Amino acid sequence: MFSELNSRARGLLVALAMLLLVLPFIASNYVLSVAVLILYFAYTGQAWNVMMGFCGQLSLGHALYVGLGGYTAAALFVHFGIGPWAGVLASVIVCMTAGALVGFLAFRFSIGGVYFALLTIAFAEFTRIGFDHWQWLGASGGFFLPVSQREVSDLVNLRGSPTMFYYIILALASAALLFSTWLLRTRVGYYWLAIRENPEAAEALGINLFRYKMLAVLISAGMTSIAGVFFAFYYNNLFPEQVFNMGRSIEIILGPIIGGVGTLFGPIVGAALLTLLADGITELLGAFGIELSGIKQVFYGVCLLLVTMFLPNGVWPALSKRLGVISNRNDEE
Amino acid sequence: MGRPLLEVRGISKRFRGLRAVTDVSLSVEAGHIVALIGPNGAGKTTTFNMIAGVYRPDEGEILLDGQPLQGRRPDEICMAGVGRTFQLVKPFAGLSVLDNVVIGALRRHADVATARKKSLAILERLGIGEKSEQQASSLTLPDRKRLEVARALATEPRILLLDEVMAGLRPTETDRMVAIFKDINRETGLTILLIEHVMRAVMALSREIHVLHHGELIASGAPDEVVRHPAVLDCYLGEEAV
Ligand SMILES: Nc1ncnc2c1ncn2[C@@H]1O[C@H](COP(=O)(O)OP(=O)(O)O)[C@@H](O)[C@H]1O
Ligand SMILES: [Mg+2]
Repeated sequence: MFSELNSRARGLLVALAMLLLVLPFIASNYVLSVAVLILYFAYTGQAWNVMMGFCGQLSLGHALYVGLGGYTAAALFVHFGIGPWAGVLASVIVCMTAGALVGFLAFRFSIGGVYFALLTIAFAEFTRIGFDHWQWLGASGGFFLPVSQREVSDLVNLRGSPTMFYYIILALASAALLFSTWLLRTRVGYYWLAIRENPEAAEALGINLFRYKMLAVLISAGMTSIAGVFFAFYYNNLFPEQVFNMGRSIEIILGPIIGGVGTLFGPIVGAALLTLLADGITELLGAFGIELSGIKQVFYGVCLLLVTMFLPNGVWPALSKRLGVISNRNDEE
Repeated sequence: MGRPLLEVRGISKRFRGLRAVTDVSLSVEAGHIVALIGPNGAGKTTTFNMIAGVYRPDEGEILLDGQPLQGRRPDEICMAGVGRTFQLVKPFAGLSVLDNVVIGALRRHADVATARKKSLAILERLGIGEKSEQQASSLTLPDRKRLEVARALATEPRILLLDEVMAGLRPTETDRMVAIFKDINRETGLTILLIEHVMRAVMALSREIHVLHHGELIASGAPDEVVRHPAVLDCYLGEEAV
Protein backbone atom coordinates (compact mmCIF):
# COMPACT_ATOMS: atom_id res chain seq x y z
CA MET A 1 0.00 0.00 0.00
CA PHE A 2 2.63 2.49 1.03
CA SER A 3 4.53 2.14 -2.19
CA GLU A 4 1.40 3.03 -4.10
CA LEU A 5 0.66 6.10 -2.03
CA ASN A 6 2.12 9.28 -3.44
CA SER A 7 4.51 11.44 -1.47
CA ARG A 8 1.72 13.73 -0.35
CA ALA A 9 -0.26 10.82 1.01
CA ARG A 10 2.77 9.42 2.76
CA GLY A 11 3.44 12.81 4.29
CA LEU A 12 -0.11 13.03 5.60
CA LEU A 13 0.08 9.54 6.98
CA VAL A 14 3.34 10.20 8.78
CA ALA A 15 1.97 13.44 10.22
CA LEU A 16 -1.12 11.60 11.44
CA ALA A 17 0.98 8.85 12.97
CA MET A 18 3.12 11.41 14.80
CA LEU A 19 0.07 13.21 16.09
CA LEU A 20 -1.45 9.97 17.34
CA LEU A 21 1.80 8.97 19.04
CA VAL A 22 2.12 12.19 21.02
CA LEU A 23 -1.59 12.68 21.65
CA PRO A 24 -1.55 11.55 25.32
CA PHE A 25 1.01 14.26 26.08
CA ILE A 26 -0.93 17.09 24.56
CA ALA A 27 -4.57 16.11 24.97
CA SER A 28 -6.93 16.07 27.90
CA ASN A 29 -8.35 12.85 29.30
CA TYR A 30 -11.62 13.61 27.60
CA VAL A 31 -10.01 13.96 24.19
CA LEU A 32 -8.08 10.80 24.84
CA SER A 33 -11.26 8.88 25.65
CA VAL A 34 -12.81 10.06 22.39
CA ALA A 35 -9.65 8.98 20.56
CA VAL A 36 -9.90 5.54 22.17
CA LEU A 37 -13.45 5.25 20.93
CA ILE A 38 -12.47 6.26 17.40
CA LEU A 39 -9.62 3.78 17.29
CA TYR A 40 -11.82 1.09 18.76
CA PHE A 41 -14.36 1.53 15.97
CA ALA A 42 -11.59 1.84 13.40
CA TYR A 43 -10.38 -1.54 14.57
CA THR A 44 -13.74 -3.31 14.67
CA GLY A 45 -14.68 -1.69 11.35
CA GLN A 46 -11.52 -3.05 9.81
CA ALA A 47 -12.35 -6.50 11.15
CA TRP A 48 -15.90 -6.42 9.79
CA ASN A 49 -14.62 -5.09 6.50
CA VAL A 50 -12.61 -8.27 5.93
CA MET A 51 -15.84 -10.22 5.75
CA MET A 52 -18.12 -7.77 4.01
CA GLY A 53 -15.82 -5.33 2.26
CA PHE A 54 -13.43 -7.91 0.91
CA CYS A 55 -15.43 -11.11 0.69
CA GLY A 56 -18.95 -9.69 0.34
CA GLN A 57 -20.49 -11.56 3.26
CA LEU A 58 -22.77 -9.24 5.23
CA SER A 59 -22.64 -9.75 8.98
CA LEU A 60 -25.10 -7.82 11.11
CA GLY A 61 -24.12 -9.71 14.23
CA HIS A 62 -20.52 -8.83 14.90
CA ALA A 63 -21.41 -7.94 18.48
CA LEU A 64 -21.42 -11.71 18.95
CA TYR A 65 -17.64 -11.80 18.62
CA VAL A 66 -17.08 -8.71 20.73
CA GLY A 67 -19.20 -10.20 23.48
CA LEU A 68 -17.83 -13.71 23.34
CA GLY A 69 -14.27 -12.40 23.18
CA GLY A 70 -14.82 -10.06 26.10
CA TYR A 71 -16.57 -12.61 28.29
CA THR A 72 -14.01 -15.33 27.57
CA ALA A 73 -10.99 -13.26 28.60
CA ALA A 74 -12.86 -11.68 31.53
CA ALA A 75 -14.02 -15.04 32.84
CA LEU A 76 -10.52 -16.49 32.65
CA PHE A 77 -9.18 -13.45 34.47
CA VAL A 78 -11.79 -13.29 37.21
CA HIS A 79 -12.39 -16.97 37.83
CA PHE A 80 -8.97 -18.46 37.14
CA GLY A 81 -6.57 -15.55 37.41
CA ILE A 82 -5.43 -16.05 33.85
CA GLY A 83 -4.12 -12.82 32.39
CA PRO A 84 -5.55 -11.12 29.30
CA TRP A 85 -2.65 -12.03 27.02
CA ALA A 86 -3.35 -15.71 27.42
CA GLY A 87 -7.01 -14.85 27.58
CA VAL A 88 -6.92 -13.18 24.19
CA LEU A 89 -5.78 -16.44 22.65
CA ALA A 90 -8.70 -18.26 24.22
CA SER A 91 -11.03 -15.51 23.02
CA VAL A 92 -9.77 -15.78 19.46
CA ILE A 93 -10.29 -19.53 19.53
CA VAL A 94 -13.78 -19.26 20.99
CA CYS A 95 -14.82 -16.62 18.45
CA MET A 96 -13.32 -18.46 15.52
CA THR A 97 -15.26 -21.51 16.61
CA ALA A 98 -18.47 -19.47 16.77
CA GLY A 99 -17.65 -17.99 13.37
CA ALA A 100 -16.98 -21.45 12.00
CA LEU A 101 -20.41 -22.55 13.19
CA VAL A 102 -22.17 -19.58 11.57
CA GLY A 103 -20.12 -19.99 8.41
CA PHE A 104 -20.62 -23.71 8.21
CA LEU A 105 -24.38 -23.46 8.55
CA ALA A 106 -24.61 -20.64 6.04
CA PHE A 107 -22.17 -21.77 3.41
CA ARG A 108 -22.86 -25.50 3.57
CA PHE A 109 -26.55 -24.97 3.19
CA SER A 110 -26.21 -22.05 0.77
CA ILE A 111 -27.78 -19.44 3.00
CA GLY A 112 -26.81 -16.26 1.23
CA GLY A 113 -27.48 -12.54 1.11
CA VAL A 114 -30.18 -11.28 3.42
CA TYR A 115 -30.66 -14.69 4.99
CA PHE A 116 -27.03 -14.87 5.88
CA ALA A 117 -27.27 -11.47 7.55
CA LEU A 118 -30.35 -12.68 9.47
CA LEU A 119 -28.46 -15.76 10.59
CA THR A 120 -25.67 -13.62 12.03
CA ILE A 121 -28.24 -11.56 13.93
CA ALA A 122 -29.89 -14.71 15.21
CA PHE A 123 -26.62 -16.08 16.56
CA ALA A 124 -25.85 -12.85 18.39
CA GLU A 125 -29.35 -12.71 19.84
CA PHE A 126 -29.42 -16.32 21.00
CA THR A 127 -26.04 -15.86 22.61
CA ARG A 128 -27.28 -12.76 24.36
CA ILE A 129 -30.23 -14.68 25.77
CA GLY A 130 -27.92 -17.47 26.89
CA PHE A 131 -25.57 -15.08 28.69
CA ASP A 132 -28.56 -13.34 30.26
CA HIS A 133 -29.15 -16.54 32.20
CA TRP A 134 -25.60 -17.69 32.84
CA GLN A 135 -25.13 -17.16 36.58
CA TRP A 136 -21.43 -18.04 36.53
CA LEU A 137 -20.89 -14.98 34.38
CA GLY A 138 -23.22 -12.72 36.30
CA ALA A 139 -26.19 -13.30 34.02
CA SER A 140 -28.19 -10.19 33.20
CA GLY A 141 -26.79 -8.45 36.28
CA GLY A 142 -23.46 -8.02 34.55
CA PHE A 143 -19.95 -9.37 34.94
CA PHE A 144 -17.32 -7.16 36.56
CA LEU A 145 -13.58 -7.04 36.55
CA PRO A 146 -11.91 -5.92 39.77
CA VAL A 147 -10.90 -2.29 39.53
CA SER A 148 -8.00 -1.14 41.60
CA GLN A 149 -6.10 2.09 41.58
CA ARG A 150 -2.51 1.55 40.57
CA GLU A 151 0.35 3.92 40.32
CA VAL A 152 1.96 2.27 37.35
CA SER A 153 0.36 0.65 34.37
CA ASP A 154 0.29 -3.10 34.64
CA LEU A 155 0.58 -4.24 31.05
CA VAL A 156 0.57 -7.90 31.97
CA ASN A 157 -2.87 -7.71 33.53
CA LEU A 158 -4.09 -4.76 31.46
CA ARG A 159 -4.81 -2.68 34.52
CA GLY A 160 -3.78 0.91 34.21
CA SER A 161 -4.25 4.41 32.96
CA PRO A 162 -6.26 5.62 29.98
CA THR A 163 -2.94 6.36 28.28
CA MET A 164 -2.01 2.70 28.37
CA PHE A 165 -5.35 1.72 26.86
CA TYR A 166 -4.96 4.43 24.26
CA TYR A 167 -1.64 3.04 23.08
CA ILE A 168 -2.99 -0.48 23.05
CA ILE A 169 -5.95 0.38 20.86
CA LEU A 170 -3.71 2.53 18.66
CA ALA A 171 -1.44 -0.45 18.15
CA LEU A 172 -4.42 -2.69 17.43
CA ALA A 173 -5.95 -0.30 14.90
CA SER A 174 -2.60 0.17 13.15
CA ALA A 175 -1.96 -3.55 13.09
CA ALA A 176 -5.42 -4.17 11.66
CA LEU A 177 -4.77 -1.67 8.88
CA LEU A 178 -1.44 -3.27 8.01
CA PHE A 179 -2.89 -6.75 8.24
CA SER A 180 -5.79 -5.87 5.92
CA THR A 181 -3.41 -4.22 3.50
CA TRP A 182 -1.26 -7.31 3.45
CA LEU A 183 -4.25 -9.64 3.10
CA LEU A 184 -5.43 -7.82 0.00
CA ARG A 185 -2.10 -8.40 -1.70
CA THR A 186 -2.11 -12.11 -1.16
CA ARG A 187 -3.87 -14.75 -3.17
CA VAL A 188 -6.51 -14.97 -0.47
CA GLY A 189 -7.28 -11.27 -0.82
CA TYR A 190 -7.70 -11.55 -4.56
CA TYR A 191 -9.97 -14.55 -4.11
CA TRP A 192 -12.13 -12.69 -1.64
CA LEU A 193 -12.60 -9.81 -4.06
CA ALA A 194 -13.50 -12.31 -6.78
CA ILE A 195 -16.11 -13.91 -4.54
CA ARG A 196 -17.49 -10.50 -3.63
CA GLU A 197 -17.70 -9.42 -7.25
CA ASN A 198 -19.10 -12.61 -8.76
CA PRO A 199 -19.15 -15.94 -6.95
CA GLU A 200 -20.05 -17.97 -10.03
CA ALA A 201 -17.16 -16.60 -12.03
CA ALA A 202 -14.88 -17.06 -9.04
CA GLU A 203 -15.85 -20.70 -8.77
CA ALA A 204 -15.25 -21.23 -12.49
CA LEU A 205 -11.71 -19.96 -11.95
CA GLY A 206 -11.01 -22.69 -9.45
CA ILE A 207 -11.84 -20.87 -6.23
CA ASN A 208 -13.33 -23.04 -3.50
CA LEU A 209 -16.10 -20.73 -2.33
CA PHE A 210 -16.74 -22.53 0.94
CA ARG A 211 -13.11 -22.51 1.98
CA TYR A 212 -12.42 -18.86 1.24
CA LYS A 213 -15.69 -17.53 2.63
CA MET A 214 -15.03 -19.55 5.76
CA LEU A 215 -11.56 -18.09 5.99
CA ALA A 216 -12.98 -14.57 5.81
CA VAL A 217 -15.41 -15.30 8.63
CA LEU A 218 -12.72 -16.89 10.79
CA ILE A 219 -10.28 -14.03 10.36
CA SER A 220 -12.95 -11.41 10.87
CA ALA A 221 -14.29 -13.16 13.99
CA GLY A 222 -10.80 -13.63 15.40
CA MET A 223 -9.93 -9.97 14.87
CA THR A 224 -13.20 -8.82 16.41
CA SER A 225 -12.73 -10.99 19.49
CA ILE A 226 -9.57 -9.03 20.34
CA ALA A 227 -11.67 -5.87 20.38
CA GLY A 228 -13.93 -7.67 22.83
CA VAL A 229 -11.03 -8.34 25.18
CA PHE A 230 -10.03 -4.71 24.96
CA PHE A 231 -13.60 -3.67 25.67
CA ALA A 232 -13.84 -5.88 28.76
CA PHE A 233 -10.57 -4.67 30.29
CA TYR A 234 -11.16 -1.04 29.36
CA TYR A 235 -14.67 -0.74 30.74
CA ASN A 236 -14.32 -3.44 33.41
CA ASN A 237 -17.89 -4.55 33.01
CA LEU A 238 -19.93 -6.63 30.62
CA PHE A 239 -23.70 -6.78 30.33
CA PRO A 240 -25.23 -9.23 27.85
CA GLU A 241 -27.92 -6.68 27.10
CA GLN A 242 -25.23 -4.25 26.00
CA VAL A 243 -22.38 -6.17 24.42
CA PHE A 244 -24.49 -8.57 22.38
CA ASN A 245 -27.00 -5.91 21.45
CA MET A 246 -27.83 -5.56 17.81
CA GLY A 247 -27.23 -1.82 18.16
CA ARG A 248 -23.61 -2.66 18.91
CA SER A 249 -23.36 -4.66 15.72
CA ILE A 250 -24.77 -1.74 13.79
CA GLU A 251 -22.29 0.65 15.40
CA ILE A 252 -19.48 -1.57 14.19
CA ILE A 253 -20.61 -1.50 10.59
CA LEU A 254 -21.54 2.18 10.37
CA GLY A 255 -17.90 3.30 10.27
CA PRO A 256 -16.88 1.27 7.23
CA ILE A 257 -20.19 1.91 5.48
CA ILE A 258 -19.86 5.65 5.86
CA GLY A 259 -16.13 5.61 5.26
CA GLY A 260 -16.27 3.24 2.31
CA VAL A 261 -16.93 -0.51 2.32
CA GLY A 262 -14.03 -2.54 1.00
CA THR A 263 -11.52 0.28 1.25
CA LEU A 264 -8.58 0.21 3.64
CA PHE A 265 -8.95 3.70 5.05
CA GLY A 266 -12.75 3.83 4.95
CA PRO A 267 -13.24 2.17 8.34
CA ILE A 268 -10.82 4.64 9.94
CA VAL A 269 -12.29 7.73 8.32
CA GLY A 270 -15.82 6.54 9.05
CA ALA A 271 -15.05 5.83 12.70
CA ALA A 272 -13.47 9.25 13.14
CA LEU A 273 -16.29 11.09 11.42
CA LEU A 274 -19.08 9.33 13.26
CA THR A 275 -17.53 9.46 16.70
CA LEU A 276 -16.43 13.07 16.44
CA LEU A 277 -19.67 14.34 14.99
CA ALA A 278 -21.89 12.32 17.33
CA ASP A 279 -19.90 13.50 20.31
CA GLY A 280 -19.88 17.03 19.01
CA ILE A 281 -23.62 17.08 18.66
CA THR A 282 -24.19 15.64 22.11
CA GLU A 283 -21.79 18.20 23.58
CA LEU A 284 -23.33 21.05 21.67
CA LEU A 285 -26.85 20.19 22.76
CA GLY A 286 -25.55 19.66 26.29
CA ALA A 287 -24.13 23.16 26.27
CA PHE A 288 -27.63 24.45 25.62
CA GLY A 289 -28.94 22.30 28.41
CA ILE A 290 -30.69 19.93 26.04
CA GLU A 291 -30.41 16.24 26.70
CA LEU A 292 -32.20 14.05 24.25
CA SER A 293 -31.95 10.33 24.63
CA GLY A 294 -31.48 8.60 21.32
CA ILE A 295 -30.05 11.67 19.64
CA LYS A 296 -26.98 9.67 18.68
CA GLN A 297 -29.09 7.06 16.91
CA VAL A 298 -30.98 9.73 15.02
CA PHE A 299 -27.69 11.31 14.09
CA TYR A 300 -26.32 7.98 12.83
CA GLY A 301 -29.44 7.57 10.74
CA VAL A 302 -29.05 11.00 9.18
CA CYS A 303 -25.36 10.35 8.40
CA LEU A 304 -26.21 7.06 6.77
CA LEU A 305 -28.93 8.69 4.71
CA LEU A 306 -26.69 11.51 3.54
CA VAL A 307 -23.83 9.21 2.63
CA THR A 308 -25.99 6.73 0.75
CA MET A 309 -27.61 9.60 -1.12
CA PHE A 310 -24.56 11.64 -2.00
CA LEU A 311 -21.54 9.37 -1.60
CA PRO A 312 -22.77 5.83 -2.24
CA ASN A 313 -19.20 4.53 -2.20
CA GLY A 314 -18.49 6.17 1.12
CA VAL A 315 -16.58 9.23 2.22
CA TRP A 316 -13.05 7.91 1.73
CA PRO A 317 -13.07 7.44 -2.07
CA ALA A 318 -14.27 11.01 -2.50
CA LEU A 319 -12.01 12.37 0.20
CA SER A 320 -8.91 10.65 -1.15
CA LYS A 321 -9.52 12.28 -4.51
CA ARG A 322 -9.98 15.66 -2.85
CA LEU A 323 -6.76 15.22 -0.89
CA GLY A 324 -4.90 14.34 -4.07
CA VAL A 325 -3.99 10.96 -2.70
CA ILE A 326 -3.37 8.23 -5.21
CA SER A 327 -4.98 5.30 -3.55
CA ASN A 328 -4.44 1.67 -4.24
CA ARG A 329 -6.65 -0.51 -6.37
CA ASN A 330 -9.18 -1.30 -3.70
CA ASP A 331 -9.49 2.22 -2.51
CA GLU A 332 -10.39 3.40 -5.96
CA GLU A 333 -13.87 1.97 -5.97
CA MET B 1 -5.40 -41.67 -31.59
CA GLY B 2 -5.88 -42.94 -28.09
CA ARG B 3 -8.35 -41.93 -25.49
CA PRO B 4 -10.08 -38.58 -26.14
CA LEU B 5 -9.29 -35.75 -23.71
CA LEU B 6 -12.94 -35.02 -23.08
CA GLU B 7 -15.61 -37.63 -23.38
CA VAL B 8 -19.29 -36.92 -22.86
CA ARG B 9 -21.43 -40.05 -22.66
CA GLY B 10 -25.19 -39.81 -22.94
CA ILE B 11 -25.78 -36.81 -20.68
CA SER B 12 -29.26 -35.40 -20.13
CA LYS B 13 -30.66 -32.49 -18.18
CA ARG B 14 -34.24 -31.56 -17.46
CA PHE B 15 -35.42 -28.30 -15.93
CA ARG B 16 -38.76 -28.95 -14.29
CA GLY B 17 -40.04 -31.12 -17.11
CA LEU B 18 -38.31 -29.17 -19.86
CA ARG B 19 -35.83 -31.42 -21.59
CA ALA B 20 -32.93 -29.04 -22.14
CA VAL B 21 -30.42 -31.72 -23.11
CA THR B 22 -31.22 -35.31 -24.03
CA ASP B 23 -28.72 -38.13 -24.32
CA VAL B 24 -25.85 -36.12 -25.77
CA SER B 25 -22.57 -37.86 -26.46
CA LEU B 26 -19.48 -36.32 -27.95
CA SER B 27 -15.78 -36.50 -27.54
CA VAL B 28 -12.92 -34.13 -28.13
CA GLU B 29 -9.43 -35.36 -28.94
CA ALA B 30 -6.49 -33.67 -27.30
CA GLY B 31 -5.25 -30.77 -29.40
CA HIS B 32 -8.40 -30.50 -31.51
CA ILE B 33 -10.74 -27.58 -31.93
CA VAL B 34 -14.34 -28.76 -31.98
CA ALA B 35 -17.52 -26.73 -32.40
CA LEU B 36 -20.94 -27.18 -30.89
CA ILE B 37 -23.60 -25.37 -32.89
CA GLY B 38 -27.35 -25.17 -32.98
CA PRO B 39 -30.19 -22.68 -32.78
CA ASN B 40 -30.95 -20.67 -29.65
CA GLY B 41 -32.34 -22.80 -26.87
CA ALA B 42 -30.86 -25.98 -28.33
CA GLY B 43 -29.11 -26.82 -25.06
CA LYS B 44 -25.55 -25.81 -25.89
CA THR B 45 -24.91 -23.70 -22.81
CA THR B 46 -26.58 -26.30 -20.63
CA THR B 47 -24.18 -28.88 -22.03
CA PHE B 48 -21.26 -26.62 -21.13
CA ASN B 49 -22.67 -26.06 -17.69
CA MET B 50 -22.82 -29.78 -17.11
CA ILE B 51 -19.22 -30.23 -18.24
CA ALA B 52 -18.09 -27.32 -16.06
CA GLY B 53 -19.95 -28.61 -13.01
CA VAL B 54 -22.61 -25.92 -12.73
CA TYR B 55 -25.31 -28.56 -13.23
CA ARG B 56 -25.04 -32.21 -12.48
CA PRO B 57 -26.34 -34.27 -15.41
CA ASP B 58 -29.50 -36.27 -14.67
CA GLU B 59 -27.95 -39.13 -16.58
CA GLY B 60 -24.71 -39.89 -18.27
CA GLU B 61 -21.01 -39.46 -17.67
CA ILE B 62 -18.40 -36.85 -18.40
CA LEU B 63 -14.77 -37.94 -18.47
CA LEU B 64 -11.67 -35.80 -18.63
CA ASP B 65 -8.71 -37.92 -19.55
CA GLY B 66 -10.67 -40.91 -18.27
CA GLN B 67 -11.50 -39.33 -14.91
CA PRO B 68 -15.19 -38.72 -14.17
CA LEU B 69 -16.15 -35.05 -13.78
CA GLN B 70 -19.87 -35.32 -13.11
CA GLY B 71 -20.87 -34.47 -9.56
CA ARG B 72 -17.74 -32.45 -8.90
CA ARG B 73 -17.81 -28.75 -8.12
CA PRO B 74 -16.94 -26.09 -10.73
CA ASP B 75 -13.74 -25.13 -8.89
CA GLU B 76 -12.59 -28.74 -8.82
CA ILE B 77 -13.34 -29.09 -12.51
CA CYS B 78 -11.33 -25.95 -13.22
CA MET B 79 -8.47 -27.41 -11.23
CA ALA B 80 -8.75 -30.60 -13.24
CA GLY B 81 -8.02 -28.53 -16.33
CA VAL B 82 -11.30 -27.28 -17.75
CA GLY B 83 -11.46 -23.53 -18.44
CA ARG B 84 -14.73 -21.91 -19.45
CA THR B 85 -16.17 -18.59 -20.48
CA PHE B 86 -19.72 -17.46 -19.78
CA GLN B 87 -22.06 -16.58 -22.62
CA LEU B 88 -23.54 -13.92 -20.38
CA VAL B 89 -20.23 -12.42 -19.36
CA LYS B 90 -19.44 -12.32 -15.65
CA PRO B 91 -16.56 -9.89 -15.16
CA PHE B 92 -15.41 -8.88 -11.67
CA ALA B 93 -16.85 -5.50 -12.49
CA GLY B 94 -15.33 -3.48 -9.67
CA LEU B 95 -11.79 -4.71 -10.28
CA SER B 96 -9.28 -3.73 -12.91
CA VAL B 97 -9.04 -5.73 -16.11
CA LEU B 98 -5.63 -6.98 -15.02
CA ASP B 99 -6.84 -8.08 -11.58
CA ASN B 100 -9.65 -10.01 -13.26
CA VAL B 101 -7.09 -12.07 -15.09
CA VAL B 102 -4.68 -12.26 -12.15
CA ILE B 103 -7.39 -14.04 -10.17
CA GLY B 104 -7.47 -16.72 -12.84
CA ALA B 105 -3.68 -16.94 -13.00
CA LEU B 106 -3.36 -17.29 -9.23
CA ARG B 107 -4.88 -20.71 -9.57
CA ARG B 108 -1.58 -22.02 -10.92
CA HIS B 109 0.83 -19.40 -9.60
CA ALA B 110 0.35 -18.58 -5.93
CA ASP B 111 2.81 -15.72 -6.24
CA VAL B 112 1.01 -12.51 -7.19
CA ALA B 113 3.96 -11.02 -9.08
CA THR B 114 4.23 -14.06 -11.34
CA ALA B 115 0.47 -14.13 -11.83
CA ARG B 116 0.53 -10.48 -12.90
CA LYS B 117 3.27 -11.08 -15.43
CA LYS B 118 1.42 -14.04 -16.94
CA SER B 119 -1.82 -12.10 -16.98
CA LEU B 120 -0.33 -9.10 -18.76
CA ALA B 121 1.04 -11.39 -21.45
CA ILE B 122 -2.39 -12.95 -21.95
CA LEU B 123 -4.08 -9.54 -22.16
CA GLU B 124 -1.50 -8.42 -24.71
CA ARG B 125 -2.13 -11.50 -26.74
CA LEU B 126 -5.87 -10.82 -26.80
CA GLY B 127 -5.29 -7.21 -27.77
CA ILE B 128 -6.56 -5.56 -24.61
CA GLY B 129 -3.19 -5.05 -22.95
CA GLU B 130 -3.49 -1.29 -22.98
CA LYS B 131 -6.77 -1.55 -21.07
CA SER B 132 -5.32 -3.56 -18.21
CA GLU B 133 -5.61 -0.77 -15.65
CA GLN B 134 -9.20 0.12 -16.56
CA GLN B 135 -12.03 -1.04 -14.37
CA ALA B 136 -13.67 -4.07 -15.96
CA SER B 137 -17.08 -2.42 -15.82
CA SER B 138 -15.86 0.22 -18.27
CA LEU B 139 -15.22 -2.31 -21.06
CA THR B 140 -17.39 -2.65 -24.15
CA LEU B 141 -19.14 -5.97 -24.69
CA PRO B 142 -16.59 -7.30 -27.22
CA ASP B 143 -13.80 -6.44 -24.78
CA ARG B 144 -15.68 -8.13 -21.97
CA LYS B 145 -15.82 -11.25 -24.13
CA ARG B 146 -12.06 -10.98 -24.60
CA LEU B 147 -11.68 -10.61 -20.87
CA GLU B 148 -13.69 -13.80 -20.36
CA VAL B 149 -11.28 -15.60 -22.65
CA ALA B 150 -8.23 -14.06 -20.97
CA ARG B 151 -9.42 -15.09 -17.52
CA ALA B 152 -10.14 -18.64 -18.59
CA LEU B 153 -6.78 -18.90 -20.37
CA ALA B 154 -5.04 -17.66 -17.24
CA THR B 155 -6.10 -20.80 -15.39
CA GLU B 156 -3.95 -22.70 -17.91
CA PRO B 157 -6.63 -25.18 -18.89
CA ARG B 158 -6.12 -28.37 -20.84
CA ILE B 159 -9.43 -27.80 -22.54
CA LEU B 160 -11.09 -24.45 -23.05
CA LEU B 161 -14.86 -24.13 -23.35
CA LEU B 162 -15.82 -20.98 -25.26
CA ASP B 163 -19.47 -19.94 -25.18
CA GLU B 164 -20.21 -17.50 -28.02
CA VAL B 165 -17.15 -15.33 -27.49
CA MET B 166 -17.32 -13.96 -31.04
CA ALA B 167 -20.87 -12.69 -30.73
CA GLY B 168 -20.96 -8.96 -31.35
CA LEU B 169 -17.53 -8.81 -32.95
CA ARG B 170 -17.08 -7.20 -36.34
CA PRO B 171 -15.84 -9.50 -39.13
CA THR B 172 -12.27 -8.21 -38.89
CA GLU B 173 -12.30 -8.67 -35.13
CA THR B 174 -13.70 -12.16 -35.56
CA ASP B 175 -10.85 -12.99 -37.92
CA ARG B 176 -8.33 -11.71 -35.40
CA MET B 177 -9.88 -13.77 -32.63
CA VAL B 178 -9.89 -16.85 -34.86
CA ALA B 179 -6.21 -16.27 -35.59
CA ILE B 180 -5.47 -15.97 -31.87
CA PHE B 181 -7.16 -19.29 -31.09
CA LYS B 182 -5.42 -20.97 -33.99
CA ASP B 183 -2.06 -19.69 -32.80
CA ILE B 184 -2.59 -20.75 -29.20
CA ASN B 185 -3.82 -24.14 -30.36
CA ARG B 186 -0.80 -24.63 -32.58
CA GLU B 187 1.73 -23.37 -30.06
CA THR B 188 0.47 -25.02 -26.90
CA GLY B 189 -1.77 -27.77 -28.18
CA LEU B 190 -4.67 -26.31 -26.20
CA THR B 191 -7.87 -28.25 -26.85
CA ILE B 192 -10.92 -26.10 -27.52
CA LEU B 193 -14.63 -26.83 -27.53
CA LEU B 194 -16.55 -23.83 -28.75
CA ILE B 195 -20.16 -22.83 -29.01
CA GLU B 196 -20.52 -20.36 -31.81
CA HIS B 197 -23.16 -18.82 -34.04
CA VAL B 198 -20.68 -17.04 -36.27
CA MET B 199 -20.26 -19.71 -38.96
CA ARG B 200 -17.30 -17.86 -40.42
CA ALA B 201 -15.41 -18.57 -37.21
CA VAL B 202 -16.73 -22.10 -36.85
CA MET B 203 -15.67 -23.08 -40.35
CA ALA B 204 -12.25 -21.48 -39.97
CA LEU B 205 -11.46 -23.09 -36.65
CA SER B 206 -13.04 -26.46 -36.18
CA ARG B 207 -11.99 -29.90 -37.21
CA GLU B 208 -15.27 -31.33 -36.16
CA ILE B 209 -18.76 -29.97 -35.59
CA HIS B 210 -21.59 -31.24 -33.42
CA VAL B 211 -25.08 -29.93 -34.02
CA LEU B 212 -27.65 -29.71 -31.24
CA HIS B 213 -31.34 -29.17 -31.83
CA HIS B 214 -34.03 -29.27 -29.14
CA GLY B 215 -31.48 -30.77 -26.79
CA GLU B 216 -30.55 -33.61 -29.08
CA LEU B 217 -27.48 -34.15 -31.18
CA ILE B 218 -28.66 -34.28 -34.80
CA ALA B 219 -25.35 -34.36 -36.62
CA SER B 220 -21.65 -34.76 -35.98
CA GLY B 221 -18.71 -34.76 -38.31
CA ALA B 222 -16.32 -32.79 -40.45
CA PRO B 223 -17.42 -29.17 -41.08
CA ASP B 224 -18.16 -29.45 -44.79
CA GLU B 225 -20.21 -32.62 -44.28
CA VAL B 226 -22.18 -31.27 -41.38
CA VAL B 227 -23.26 -28.05 -43.05
CA ARG B 228 -24.69 -30.03 -45.96
CA HIS B 229 -26.49 -32.43 -43.69
CA PRO B 230 -30.25 -32.24 -44.45
CA ALA B 231 -31.31 -32.21 -40.79
CA VAL B 232 -28.95 -29.32 -40.14
CA LEU B 233 -30.24 -27.35 -43.11
CA ASP B 234 -33.74 -28.00 -41.83
CA CYS B 235 -33.21 -26.74 -38.34
CA TYR B 236 -31.27 -23.72 -39.46
CA LEU B 237 -33.86 -22.76 -42.09
CA GLY B 238 -35.29 -19.47 -41.02
CA GLU B 239 -32.92 -19.31 -38.05
CA GLU B 240 -30.00 -17.88 -39.90
CA ALA B 241 -28.10 -18.37 -43.10
CA VAL B 242 -25.39 -20.97 -42.86
N1 LIG C 1 -31.34 -22.73 -15.20
C1 LIG C 1 -32.33 -23.01 -16.05
N2 LIG C 1 -33.58 -23.20 -15.58
C2 LIG C 1 -34.60 -23.48 -16.41
N3 LIG C 1 -34.47 -23.62 -17.74
C3 LIG C 1 -33.25 -23.45 -18.28
C4 LIG C 1 -32.12 -23.13 -17.47
N4 LIG C 1 -31.03 -23.02 -18.27
C5 LIG C 1 -31.46 -23.26 -19.52
N5 LIG C 1 -32.78 -23.50 -19.54
C6 LIG C 1 -33.58 -23.84 -20.71
O1 LIG C 1 -32.95 -24.92 -21.35
C7 LIG C 1 -33.03 -24.77 -22.76
C8 LIG C 1 -31.64 -24.78 -23.36
O2 LIG C 1 -31.00 -23.58 -22.99
P1 LIG C 1 -29.48 -23.27 -23.34
O3 LIG C 1 -28.67 -24.44 -22.98
O4 LIG C 1 -29.14 -22.00 -22.73
O5 LIG C 1 -29.54 -23.13 -24.92
P2 LIG C 1 -28.46 -22.56 -25.93
O6 LIG C 1 -27.22 -22.24 -25.18
O7 LIG C 1 -28.28 -23.62 -26.93
O8 LIG C 1 -29.07 -21.34 -26.54
C9 LIG C 1 -33.79 -23.48 -23.03
O9 LIG C 1 -35.12 -23.79 -23.27
C10 LIG C 1 -33.62 -22.73 -21.74
O10 LIG C 1 -34.71 -21.87 -21.52
MG1 LIG D 1 -26.26 -20.44 -24.94
